[in-house]
Amino acid sequence: MTYIQLTYGDLILPALLVLMDGVLSLALRLKLEKQLAIATVRMVLQLVLVGYALTFLFAAVSPLWTALAAFIMVLFASREIVARQKRPLPGFWSYGLGAGCTLLAAGIVTIFALLTELRPVPWYHPRYALPLLGMILGNTMTGISLGLDVLTNGLVRERAAVEACLALGGTRYQALLPILRDAMRSGLMPTINAMAAIGLVSLPGMMTGQILAGVEPIDAVKYQLLIMFLIAGGTGLGTLAAVMGGARLLTDHRHRLRLDRIPAEKST
Amino acid sequence: MLTVTGLKRLHISVSFNLQDGECVALQGPSGVGKTLLLRSIADLDPNEGTVKLDGILREAMPAPAWRKRVTYLAAEPGWWSDIVQEHFKGWDDALPLVARLGLPTSCGSWSVQRLSTGERQRLGLVRALMLRSRVLLLDEPTSALDSASAAAVESVIAERVSNGTSVVWSTHDDAQARRVGSKVLVMSAEGGIEEKRP
Repeated sequence: MTYIQLTYGDLILPALLVLMDGVLSLALRLKLEKQLAIATVRMVLQLVLVGYALTFLFAAVSPLWTALAAFIMVLFASREIVARQKRPLPGFWSYGLGAGCTLLAAGIVTIFALLTELRPVPWYHPRYALPLLGMILGNTMTGISLGLDVLTNGLVRERAAVEACLALGGTRYQALLPILRDAMRSGLMPTINAMAAIGLVSLPGMMTGQILAGVEPIDAVKYQLLIMFLIAGGTGLGTLAAVMGGARLLTDHRHRLRLDRIPAEKST
Repeated sequence: MLTVTGLKRLHISVSFNLQDGECVALQGPSGVGKTLLLRSIADLDPNEGTVKLDGILREAMPAPAWRKRVTYLAAEPGWWSDIVQEHFKGWDDALPLVARLGLPTSCGSWSVQRLSTGERQRLGLVRALMLRSRVLLLDEPTSALDSASAAAVESVIAERVSNGTSVVWSTHDDAQARRVGSKVLVMSAEGGIEEKRP
């Protein structure tokens, strides 16, 4: 397996394309040049640091270091989930629910793939565990944040309908069911769309990367299929857990809707 | 009999009894807490105090079972499906009441979006009446109705009351309060109530 290695110098020319975006922003007064500059610097720093961190982790092959890296990834994912909410859940749960469900879903699916399909030695080998977790985590995070956003906004918007059902003797799950369905649909939709468009509209980054690194396209496709199946499973599991958990937090044991537990809407 | 003792929710602090087959009118200025009181009795909001039906504590039964016996009807009832009859367990059983309240019996297949405020209010009442609850907590149930439709609602509720259903009827209409209530409970800005004979 051979591939064309890049030096940092080789990246200078493509980086000029970002500079071109900056010039466009200035010329068209888009006021994006500052954001673009910060995002570019962040991207370069983050990726270079991750490159060194992965090099260290791959050499160490330590369960402790691998678990620590996975934990940090989950923490950033839960932070991102909260940042994407128009109406985040209160207190500890704003981070706790997102982190718990992300960890549960992405963790189960990643360990499932490691133990049953890839079977590296040792099973937690960071070369396999961390890239897999990263890809599943990113998609699960999107599903969870969309699901929770639709849940909280739907409950505020449809309060009269939910309370009408409760007042007529419906349980909290009967009353919330239409909104729970909407939230689940929203959480799963990006994954379903990606599955439908893959190969026709877009070539996924991982598959492209493998092909560029010299892997046979058919082998790269098999890996991509594995990843997509895992992403679908992780997103479904994570979104379900988050939406059901959110529904439980926003109701109480007396089957009352508790919108008072949602802090005031974030101003945009 | 519904017994409400020391019911507290925000500024409200209320005690009263409601006999079987009794209808009381609930009055007071807007914003005084009439809706809060009715919602609290139905246990739709967190509250303190003792509420019993025939001596059985509200907390002794699951909340959905309590609300099937003690049913709150909002002034603007909510709708969770697109089509009217999807909100009823047995639409055909509701047809006599639908007709009595002056609604076309074909309205079951209508979209909820098509309903006027008054039609929604009457259909919301039919939906609540289908439960045959022991106690009805009606929050301004005729606020969007013309006088003929309001009279039809009063007649249907009077019939239920004569059959043993107890009713708390919130209204801003003094004449209606005197017509429907065997007594009138007036809420004050401090959150208490005092009884007034109609």
